Amino acid sequence: MATGIRDKVAIIGMGCTKFGERWDCGSEELMVEAFEECLGDAGIGLNDIEAAWLGTCLDEVNVGKSALPPSIALRLPNISVTRVENYCASGTEAFRGAVYGVASGAYDIALAIGVEKLKDIGYGGLPEFSTGMGITNGFWFPNMTAPGCFAMLASGYSAAYGIDMKDLKQAMAHVSVKSHANGALNPKAHLQKPVTLEQVLGAPTIAYPLGLFDCCGVSDGSACAIVATPEIARSLGKKDFVTVKALQLSLSNGEEMTFNEWNGSNFITTSKASSAAYAEAGIKNPREEISMMEVHDCFSITELVTMEDLHISERGKAPADILDGFYDLDGKVPCQVDGGLKCFGHPIGASGIRMLYEMYLQLHGKAGKRQVKDPRYGLTHNLGGFPFMNICSIAIVGRHDV
Amino acid sequence: MIGITSYGAYIPRLRLSRKVIAQNMAWYAPEILAASKGERSVANWDEDALSMAVAASYDCLAGRDKKAVDAVYLASTTLPFVDRLNADVLATAVNTREERVTCADFTGSLKSGTTALMAAVDALKGGKSSVLVAASEMRRTKAATTVEMYYGDGAAALHLGTDGVIAELTGTYSLNCDFVDHYRGTGKDIDYRWEERWVRDEGYGKIIPKAIAEFVAAAGVKISEYSKVIYPCYFGATHAGIAKRLGLAPEQVQDPMHAVCGDTGSAHALLMLIAALEEAKPGDKLLLASFGQGSDVLSFQVTEQISSLKKPLGVRGSLANRVEMTNYQKFIKFKDLIISDMGIRGEPNPNTSLTTLWRNRKKFLGLVGTRCTKCGTPQYSFTPVCVNPECKAAHQMEEYEFADKLGRVLMYTGDMLAPSVDPPAVYGIVSFDDGGRLLADFTDCDLNAITVGLPVQMSFRRRRKDEVRGFSVYFWKAVPQVQG
Repeated sequence: MATGIRDKVAIIGMGCTKFGERWDCGSEELMVEAFEECLGDAGIGLNDIEAAWLGTCLDEVNVGKSALPPSIALRLPNISVTRVENYCASGTEAFRGAVYGVASGAYDIALAIGVEKLKDIGYGGLPEFSTGMGITNGFWFPNMTAPGCFAMLASGYSAAYGIDMKDLKQAMAHVSVKSHANGALNPKAHLQKPVTLEQVLGAPTIAYPLGLFDCCGVSDGSACAIVATPEIARSLGKKDFVTVKALQLSLSNGEEMTFNEWNGSNFITTSKASSAAYAEAGIKNPREEISMMEVHDCFSITELVTMEDLHISERGKAPADILDGFYDLDGKVPCQVDGGLKCFGHPIGASGIRMLYEMYLQLHGKAGKRQVKDPRYGLTHNLGGFPFMNICSIAIVGRHDV
Repeated sequence: MIGITSYGAYIPRLRLSRKVIAQNMAWYAPEILAASKGERSVANWDEDALSMAVAASYDCLAGRDKKAVDAVYLASTTLPFVDRLNADVLATAVNTREERVTCADFTGSLKSGTTALMAAVDALKGGKSSVLVAASEMRRTKAATTVEMYYGDGAAALHLGTDGVIAELTGTYSLNCDFVDHYRGTGKDIDYRWEERWVRDEGYGKIIPKAIAEFVAAAGVKISEYSKVIYPCYFGATHAGIAKRLGLAPEQVQDPMHAVCGDTGSAHALLMLIAALEEAKPGDKLLLASFGQGSDVLSFQVTEQISSLKKPLGVRGSLANRVEMTNYQKFIKFKDLIISDMGIRGEPNPNTSLTTLWRNRKKFLGLVGTRCTKCGTPQYSFTPVCVNPECKAAHQMEEYEFADKLGRVLMYTGDMLAPSVDPPAVYGIVSFDDGGRLLADFTDCDLNAITVGLPVQMSFRRRRKDEVRGFSVYFWKAVPQVQG
C-alpha cells in the first residue's frame, strides 16, 4: 500500500535567478547563477550531489536535447542526470524526479534544476510550436497560440455560469492587479511595477477576451532545489527545514476535446490532482489549511478558474472571492505571493521550481516585504498545454514539524 | 435516360464592388473606370479552386449515396497540383469509395468544365452510373486590370446519372480551335492577355455563335425551342451581340452573372446552367455553350423530376450569402499581390509528412472520424480506444463522417498573436449535435458575432500553403452560422 511522499524528503537548499530579459545570459549562466545560490544555501559541496534532474521544455530553441547542459555547465561529477519535459510542468517534474530518487532510497542528496532561455528567438510571446505539436497534430490543429487557447476558457466559463464577459473581465483584471502588486515587492521578478485596474482593462487585446495584462510575461530564468532525506537535513544542522507534503500529476486523456461532457469552464486535471494532493498531505479543508499558493497564472483566466479546481473557491464563485481580496497578499489564502508568472514571466522549465522557491522562502520567514504571517502549507501548481488537453502538477510543501 | 440528377454551387460570400477597385486603382489605369459596375465574388484567403470544388460538391451530393459515385471529374485551370490528382483529393474530401472509381482532372482551357461534362456523358454511356462533375476557378490577376474586375471566384458541381434525371441530355457538339485570347504558360500563375477588341469580336463574338449554329443545324432543332441559351461572356455588349446574332428573344438569354459574381472561368458555364436550372420548369429546353479554344455545346431538356429535387444551396443560395468587401488592400492581400510582414512567428514552415497524410487521408481530407460500435460515441480521435470514460473499448470503431454534421460553438477566441492573413485567427472547439467534438479554426466569420452555442457548419479549406515545396495542406474549418 502506497503511503505517499509526505515528509519523506526535505528541501535543504534552493536558488533562483533574477528573472527577466537576460540578454547577457545563456542557459548555462542562468543555471550557474541559480545553482550557486542553492549550493550555498544547502551548505554542501558539489560532490555531495548524487543525481540530478533537469526540466526544460522548448529545448529546440534553448538548451538542446539531453541532460548534458547542466552536467557540463555546473561541472557535475559525472553523476546521473536526466532531462524531463512535460510542457509547463517540466520544472515540477524535475523536482519530482529528484524527490522520488531520494524517497526511493537510491540517493541521499539530489538536485532538481529548471531553466529556460526564451528571449533568443527574436519575437514576443512563447516560441511558436508548429514543429513541437507532433506530425499528426500538425495536420489539423488550428493556427493557435497559448493566449488564444486559454482565452477560449473565458468564453466557456462565461457561458457555463452565465457571467457577462464584462463582469468576468473585472475579476480577471483584479487577478493581474494583485499579482503586479506582489511582484512590485520582489527584486527577482521580471516586472516590478504595480498596475491599475484601468490599465489592465484598457490594454490592447491579445486574444479575445484577454488583453495584454491578462497574459504573463516572457522571461529567461532558472531555479533549482537540492533535496535530501530528513536525516541528512538534520545532520547538516537544519532545524526548521521544509519537507515535501504532496506531489501529484494528472494528465488529460483526450476527453475534454473529444467527448461531449466537459463544458469548457474548468480543468479536469487540476481538480483531480489537487484532491489527490490534499489526501497525500493530510489536508482536509484546503480553504482553511493552505496558507499560500503559487498557481499557474499563465493568463488571468487560468488563475481564476484554478481557484475552483483547487477546491478553494466554490464552483462559479472564484470571481467573487477574487474581487473580495481573498487571494490578495493580505487575504485569507494569498495567491501569487511572489508576483506569479504574471511578473516573473514563464521560462517554462524553471517556473515550477521558482514557485517552490517562494514557498521555501516564506516557510523560512525570508520573504521580506511579501512575508506571509506564520505559513503552514504552501501549494504550487502548474498547468501545461491547453485547457482542453493538459498536464497538471501540484506540489505541497511545509515545515517538517507541521 | 442520361442527364443531370442534381446540382450544387459555391460562390464565396465575399463580394467586392468593382467601384472599389476603380476608386483605388483608376489613377493608375483609367480604362478600368469603364468596367466599374457591379461586383465580383472573392474567395477567402483560405480557399482555392479545390476547396471551392469540395464545397460545391457537398452541396450537390447532400442526401445522395456518395458510395455509389463511380467517377469524379474536376475541371479548372487553377488547380493547386500539376502532378497529384486534384480530383482524387476532391473524391477523398467528399468521401466516395476508392475502389472502382475513375477520377480525372480536366484542365488547360476555360471550356474544361463543359469538356468534363461531356466526358461524364460518355462515361455514363460506357456503363458508369453515378458521375460527379465539379468545376472551379480562382484566378490571380494583376492589380488595376479589367480582368481583376471581370473575374470572380466560384465553383459548380453537377451529378449525372441515369436515374432521377432532372435535365436529360439531348445532344452535344464540340468546336475546337486554337484561339489564344490569353494563356498561362507552365510555371506562371497570371494570365497573359491579347487585345480585348480582338477577343470580343473574333473570339466570343464569332466562336460561340458558330458552335451553337453548327449544333442546331446538326441536331435539326430550332433555337427558338430553347427556354434559355446559356453562354459565358464578360463583355456585356458582346454577350448581347451574340444573342442578337443567334436571334434570341431577351427572355431566352441566361444572365451571365457579371453584375453579381463575375466570370468564374472553367466553372462559369456550369454555374450559369445551374442558375437556369433553378428557374426551370419541366419541359424547358436549355442550351449551354462554353468558351475557350473553341466551344462545347450541350443541350438539355428539364424533366418532371426537377419538381421533387431537394433544393441545394445552389447559385441562388450562394449569392444570397453575401458579405461586402470594402477594403481593396485586403483583397490584394488575399490574392497575394502585396508583400506584408507576418513576423518571425509566421516564418516556420514544417514539411508535410506524406506518409502521415496517406495513413490519415480520410480523417484529414474527408473529416471521417470514428464511432464506437460498442457505445455509439462519435469521436474525431487518433486512437483505437474509445474516449467514453464508461466504455474505453479498443478496436471497436467504425467510420463516421463529421463533414455534414451540425455543430455548436463550445468555446472560442479571436487571436491577434497567431500569424494570420486575416487576423484575428478565430478558432475554438465545436460540439456536434449528434456527438463528437472538434478543435478547429473558424472561418467566414466575424468575431463579434460569435457566441457560445452558435451553430456551425464544416467547410473544407486550404489550411496551409507551403510555398517552398509547393504543397497545399487542407483541413476542415467551422463556419459559424450567424442568422440575419
